[in-house]
Amino acid sequence: MVSFFGLIAIFAPFLSPYEPDAININEALLSPSRAHLLGTDQLGRDLLSRLIYGARISLFVGIIAVGLATLIGILLGSLAGYYGGMVDSIIMRFTDIMLCFPTFFLILAVIAILEPSIINIMVIIGLTNWMGVARLIRAEILSLKEREFILAEKTIGASDFRIIIVHLIPNALGPVLVSATLGVAGAILLESGLSFLGIGVQPPTPSWGNILTEGKATLGYAWWLTVFPGLTILLSVLGYNMLGEGLRDRLK
Amino acid sequence: MLTYLSKRLLGLFPLLLGIITISFIVIHTAPGKPTDLQTQLNPKVSLEARERLNALYGLDKPLHIQYINWLKRFAIFDLGNSFQDDRRVLDKILERIPLTLLINLLSIFFILIIGIPIGVIGAAKHNSFFDKVTTIFVFIGFAMPTFWLALILMSFFGLTLGWLPISGITSLEFERFNLIEKVIDIARHLILPVFVSSFTGLAGISRFMKTGMLEALSQDYIRTARAKGLPEHIVLYKHALKNTLLPIVTILGLSVPSLIGGSVIFESIFAIPGMGRLFYDSVMARDYPVIMGILTIGAILTLLGNLLADISYAYVDPRIRVTAKAQK
Repeated sequence: MVSFFGLIAIFAPFLSPYEPDAININEALLSPSRAHLLGTDQLGRDLLSRLIYGARISLFVGIIAVGLATLIGILLGSLAGYYGGMVDSIIMRFTDIMLCFPTFFLILAVIAILEPSIINIMVIIGLTNWMGVARLIRAEILSLKEREFILAEKTIGASDFRIIIVHLIPNALGPVLVSATLGVAGAILLESGLSFLGIGVQPPTPSWGNILTEGKATLGYAWWLTVFPGLTILLSVLGYNMLGEGLRDRLK
Repeated sequence: MLTYLSKRLLGLFPLLLGIITISFIVIHTAPGKPTDLQTQLNPKVSLEARERLNALYGLDKPLHIQYINWLKRFAIFDLGNSFQDDRRVLDKILERIPLTLLINLLSIFFILIIGIPIGVIGAAKHNSFFDKVTTIFVFIGFAMPTFWLALILMSFFGLTLGWLPISGITSLEFERFNLIEKVIDIARHLILPVFVSSFTGLAGISRFMKTGMLEALSQDYIRTARAKGLPEHIVLYKHALKNTLLPIVTILGLSVPSLIGGSVIFESIFAIPGMGRLFYDSVMARDYPVIMGILTIGAILTLLGNLLADISYAYVDPRIRVTAKAQK
């Protein structure tokens, strides 16, 4: 399912039957038919095409945001785990504090200040979701650094940097991969929620969330504009969750 | 128990300070000033007037002085006045909190009384039809965009069937109702929001219960209990369930921030005048004092939720108390 949506995002221009922004007032609010498989919206834009292009934005935002969160988490988590002591307590206290903020509030507050652009949203989601990864990495490294091969590295005079980058992080990566995959699912949900509130990806750029928002206005008589974007989000998030679960079972 | 409690309470202060600091940083890293919005609305506002606004909110002072003022004001619970209507932020927030708390507590209640049995039955009758159906439900629950679920339910129950009201918490005729009618009216308005806000948590808890129970059931003491001929329901409910219920407390504590955060979404969909709605409106209006206030109070609520979880955990699990004492 993940690769299905991924492929759709990559080959969007070839797959979509119409231009996602092509406005055709004569064909506004058509219900699903052979010409427009999922129907059209208020401006006569083809819903299927918009969802296909929206896949690009939504998946891109999700993956980049989680990538950023994972990087920050790995960095802070490995520092805390490897050096321990003061470094560890400062970083972990900071993590605790960040965990106290309802993520959604934090994101909204930052967006209230910055403008809601795709870049800002990715960065903000990234900056507010690294805490889980940091804890995970820290725990892994705490147990790894006591092992003999690390001691061996130390005796041959390897630098801390080398030990962390070459030996510790790769060994701790398994659980991180799982949490990153599940994180993408969460980020897609988050982005769509933000766009739904009108503070995520801004129209006319199609994202699954804002397509859904536009559909909300016509829910009473054009159900397809609400139902299909929602199903798309549901299925892709489901896909990432299952992939994450699969990876977890595999690693065990 | 007392030593544990006091240790735990002392640990709160650095966290609290951190929370206040971060909310301060968040607001002040912003390019552009809060006063921009008011002045943009009216381009004729002179430079002089703009500076008066700056001075009024203390925005012309250097950052570290602003920070110290922010801390000082926080110590006496003065969160400043709203940019929009000049009312005290604390009052604005306090009048909205009860509703948000009520909805969240109701959701937690339903999450527990529905989620736990689902998990237990799923584990007791592993791989049964019921188990398979609920597993699918759990997966969907995790992937569900709740705002979408809210829309669909609103449209179906509210518009198509006309059974339930779709927005606000009271009807137009609310004033004329007697007490019982008032309670029923509010309850009818809360059904959908509470259902929507407990949906994801329900999936989480029932799944957690199931894995927990499955693990507990594979333990030696369960085999012992079965071997000595105890009836299955005693093995299940008295031995396995008791041990699985413990971590649930922690999970609940951890889910507080997402519940509070989620209230933004469902309160704006269902037009419920709670804290989430206030936050959303303030974000839209760039009402910085209110945003900062809610951000901080939201974090403090989370802190309290976690504290409560930890305390009740220590209360039911003697091991924690003992360790705390030993560390001392």
